[in-house]
Amino acid sequence: MSEDRYTLNKQLAQMLKGGVIMDVTTPEQARIAQEAGACAVMALERIPADIRAAGGVSRMSDPKMIKGIQEAVSIPVMAKCRIGHFTEARILEAIEIDYIDESEVLSPADDVYHIDKKQFQVPFVCGAKDLGEALRRINEGASMIRTKGEPGTGDVVQAVRHMRRMNSEIAKITSMREDEMYEEAKQLAVPYELVVYVHEQGRLPVVNFAAGGVATPADAALMMQLGAEGVFVGSGIFKSGNPAKRAAAIVQAVTNYQDSRLLAELSEDLGEAMVGINEQEIELLMAERGL
Amino acid sequence: MEKDIKIAVLAVQGAFAEQMERVSRLGAECIALRQKADLMQDFDGVILPGGESTVQGKLLVELGMLEPLRDKISKGLPVLGTCAGLILLAEEIGNDEHVWLGTLPVRVRRNAYGRQLGSFHTEGMVWGIGTVPMTFIRAPYVEETEQGVEILAQVENRIVAVRYKNQMGTAFHPELDADNRIHEMFLAMCEKG
Repeated sequence: MSEDRYTLNKQLAQMLKGGVIMDVTTPEQARIAQEAGACAVMALERIPADIRAAGGVSRMSDPKMIKGIQEAVSIPVMAKCRIGHFTEARILEAIEIDYIDESEVLSPADDVYHIDKKQFQVPFVCGAKDLGEALRRINEGASMIRTKGEPGTGDVVQAVRHMRRMNSEIAKITSMREDEMYEEAKQLAVPYELVVYVHEQGRLPVVNFAAGGVATPADAALMMQLGAEGVFVGSGIFKSGNPAKRAAAIVQAVTNYQDSRLLAELSEDLGEAMVGINEQEIELLMAERGL
Repeated sequence: MEKDIKIAVLAVQGAFAEQMERVSRLGAECIALRQKADLMQDFDGVILPGGESTVQGKLLVELGMLEPLRDKISKGLPVLGTCAGLILLAEEIGNDEHVWLGTLPVRVRRNAYGRQLGSFHTEGMVWGIGTVPMTFIRAPYVEETEQGVEILAQVENRIVAVRYKNQMGTAFHPELDADNRIHEMFLAMCEKG
């Protein structure tokens, strides 16, 4: 990937900021998401909560299903491939997907190597639960980062933990002496140059969204308050009682995340939220995939 | 080079932080428009940033901002719309039934260069300024203009920047490149305004 292309891919993520990216499994859901104000949709066969319930190996979605969603909406369409599965990624690139999520939600195809994302023209977003993971993914060519959270649980605790951890690690690097950054790069197992970038800019070199367990407007606003630049909502919308209303409320909550009075209005009468699973009850921690 | 002007940036979704940063760096005071009450303040110009036009348009409607903003622009408030902002301003969208502010008499085409693989960076001549860097991200272009609309720039025979009275629109993102001249041109419109 040329430097120009990488820049353009990072810039697309900049355009998504302040927005909500929603998981959808059908063209109909994609239209509902777009109508509700999604800034992009993630096309996948099963939402994380169902992947979790079904068990077994979870793979890239059928390209035909993704194409159906691309035809249904005018906003960017993302899709997931398995960690390390560069052939699935090539297939997604061939159908001109707008963003590939190399995602721990699917079963990893490689338990050592991530995809060398610099070899692709299309952009990649990757999950991270700390700064080291985020910078390693960026070094591999990711042009957007999201917290891993714990997908399909409706429990925001892990997303909060990952965002706070990343922020405090960034703050620590920002206040370091110049000569301490070599050791920090070694500890994080990331290139020195990326540590220098964080030291100078006080942020990741790419856009950083929250993901994994966001289920309510309040959850979304909480993640924005913690420094997320936008929010992915997966199972939280189409596993709830009134998806269209909940989706629209989450979109508004992300825009006006500091206005508690508006958040109170937005939180009214949303119907049933998705049934959550607490982290102690989960057998499979997806966030432990791909470090 | 402190300028005695105040610019409001629509901050409901998209790359508004980049616009605010640029305008502040050029010495203007800057405020964010997130809800209707924010529109009650006085300001000398408004910027509609890049992002997703469907999201921004919908939020303008839901937050009750569309009418007051349209009213201000119709009464002469200088406005700069970049990418999604240009789409919000357009009187007609060729491949979409929505009309949002509809104050700029042009017809635009959304995602006119295709999906992300069609995004590109180039340089082009802007009337009155010279050659500037241009970044197009899933960008629109202007298909047709009515009389009175100045065509400021074309790239490969497609119209990518226009001006009509107090309104300026670009299909590309001047806030993503280091060149300040598009913003300076707009700030000059606001100073006169």
